[in-house]
Amino acid sequence: MILNYIGNFALFFCLILSSIIFFTSILVLNNKNSFFKRNLNELLFFKFFFTLLSFFSLVILFINSEFSNETVLNNSHISKPLFYKISGTWGNHEGSLLLWLLILTFCAFFYFLKSKNRPSDERLLTIIFQELIIMGFLFFLLKASNPFNIIFPVPDEGMGLNPILQDPLLAIHPPILYLGYVSTSIVFSSSLAALMKGNINNLWAKDIKSWVYISWTFLTLGILLGSIWAYYELGWGGFWFWDPVENISLMPWLSLTALVHCILVLEKRSILHSWTVILSIITFTLGICGTFLVRSGILNSIHTFANDPERGLYILFFLFFLIFLSILIFFIYEDKFETNNKNLNFYSKDFSIILNNWFVMYFLSVILIGTIYPIFLEVLSNEKISVGPPFFNKLIIPFLIPFLIFMSIGPNLKWIKNNKLSNKLNLIFLFILSIVIAIFVFKFYSNVTLNITILLAVSFYLFFITIKDFAKRNYKNYSQMISHFGFSLLVLSILLNSIFSNEVTSNMRVGDEIKFFDKSIKLQRLENTKEANFLKLIAHFKIEDKDKIELLLKPEIRIYDKPETITSEAAIKTDIFRDRFLVVNLVKENDYLNVRYQEKPFMIWIWISAILISLGGIINILKKNEK
Amino acid sequence: MYNKKVKLRALFLFLSILSAILIIFLVLKSLEENVVYFLSPTDIKNLNEATAEKIRVGGMVKDQSIKINSDKINFIITDFKNEINVVYSGIIPNLFQENKGVVAEGVLKDKSFFEAEKILAKHDENYMPPEVKASLGEN
Repeated sequence: MILNYIGNFALFFCLILSSIIFFTSILVLNNKNSFFKRNLNELLFFKFFFTLLSFFSLVILFINSEFSNETVLNNSHISKPLFYKISGTWGNHEGSLLLWLLILTFCAFFYFLKSKNRPSDERLLTIIFQELIIMGFLFFLLKASNPFNIIFPVPDEGMGLNPILQDPLLAIHPPILYLGYVSTSIVFSSSLAALMKGNINNLWAKDIKSWVYISWTFLTLGILLGSIWAYYELGWGGFWFWDPVENISLMPWLSLTALVHCILVLEKRSILHSWTVILSIITFTLGICGTFLVRSGILNSIHTFANDPERGLYILFFLFFLIFLSILIFFIYEDKFETNNKNLNFYSKDFSIILNNWFVMYFLSVILIGTIYPIFLEVLSNEKISVGPPFFNKLIIPFLIPFLIFMSIGPNLKWIKNNKLSNKLNLIFLFILSIVIAIFVFKFYSNVTLNITILLAVSFYLFFITIKDFAKRNYKNYSQMISHFGFSLLVLSILLNSIFSNEVTSNMRVGDEIKFFDKSIKLQRLENTKEANFLKLIAHFKIEDKDKIELLLKPEIRIYDKPETITSEAAIKTDIFRDRFLVVNLVKENDYLNVRYQEKPFMIWIWISAILISLGGIINILKKNEK
Repeated sequence: MYNKKVKLRALFLFLSILSAILIIFLVLKSLEENVVYFLSPTDIKNLNEATAEKIRVGGMVKDQSIKINSDKINFIITDFKNEINVVYSGIIPNLFQENKGVVAEGVLKDKSFFEAEKILAKHDENYMPPEVKASLGEN
């Protein structure tokens, strides 16, 4: 009970500290040597500490199942395992916002600690913008979604956490994803601050780069975790559905990807100043935009914890405020950029990065349109539509082809100007090799379209070229090489996976047998067991191929009572060549089980390649810290 | 005359505007081709003729309407005013139950018969398609 008050007061204290920092910072902005400036670090730490206190109060409330707290009551349950009691803290709207705030305050503190080499007025301005964001979220938290609302009289039992959220991957997915989202706020604040002080230059790029890498790496990992979870938990056997909720996490990732590249150009060549600032603004606003769409209940998904229009309206207002503020600052201070007329050579690394940015922005706009068009149409004409995978596939796949070609050649070019491409012969040889492989696939598998064949050829090309680059032993660019290699592997495994995947669905009773190519799938028996907070129905399947090699798969159906929900646990047998994926569902109270068996080649390589992509980012972060 | 640099810039500007227009055209065109309309059983009843396009039908699964055999599932989607028969073969989501909300994607065979290709998962046991909620509120 007391923890409710501690958590609540800690938040209020945070708001007071935050406003003190905000207003005093504005006052002392031009004061060279104020007492406040020297002690800002401690103040920021205190603020972080109080948010942490508030956060831990909520965690302990969850652990102790204190149902006097409304958030705990709505999202927890006594018989839930301890691990999920803890992860339940951020498995709901209020708690996840508190986590968001915790990371925001930590970022502000950590930025100030690590930015001592920046001009002091720029640091202070960054903190001012950061405090503005923090105050916005604090107001929102305290007013519209307070996690410490007290219920009286105290109920005996909570409502429980949605069982499909009771999963180890989903317990760490939000913190990782939030680290990615929230650390873009530092890039946003810092770019606005540097813009106002006329400090957008190669030195700024060099310093802010690590924040860009941090956000990008965590966002990549966060999306990956969500994707793996969807793969085994939702029972569709896919990893990406072009669902609006996935799209809104992909959009900031794309603009961050553009930023990761363009900040290099700014650092090395001192061009693209305004573009870098625009990208920083876009990235952060897309992140907030995602929060708005998800939390307002406009999109219906697992992330929509509560459909509360008031909350949506608040975030929308806050979003527009931030966008207007940043656009205003951008146009007022735009002339402060160092103008230089450096020539851009078409045959250079700089230009290939600009090309990359154009393509990425195109992909971003396609996804943006596909995601928000249905919402607009519904508001304007009350017509309900959805935009499915065909739209995205059609508009993205053809443009991936030139994108991958530029991605293969770009990193091999030099900065500024390239006179001749070294080892041209090698590049041509690899190109022919990739085309031959793609034609081979095209010839033998009739369901491959021409479009896909070309895409396959260029992704093989990128794959070979990145492998060849490793052989050069150029340790300076290791992070870039690993990420690019990971990306080529990702495209390749997604392609091969979609070409060679096969499946069969059927409704089966115990003893039934179905055929799948040269294999037979037999439902042998059912088994019931009882676990701590759910009943388990295990289906025993035997899969036998023509060489009489047997594989036993045991998918489960779990019946939870709080809240009353049924979930399916797929049985997945993974090896380096393929995943064998079997999922069953109950249909009514019936002897029939709804069964789906899939063979998905190279599934594990999709995960591995995404890990490789983010590994490049991790290496970069570590490299920066070493210096 | 203008120097080479200005000409190059003009060309560049022209090309970027041209490609922007082309891309907008392409995006809008594929949007038009690939959107899937969401209809309730009442909307379907009010159609003049069954469309051949892919649509989504949302409503509640009617009580006692799920029938299953080894290769397909039959059920009825209702919005408590009108209903439509659905046939489906494939995997169903966990929350597919009688008296719960459902969204099916597929093609209309005629105005009272729908062949579903996909049953969409809703991850909330209390989920109800907005139309159904609205029509329940009216009643």
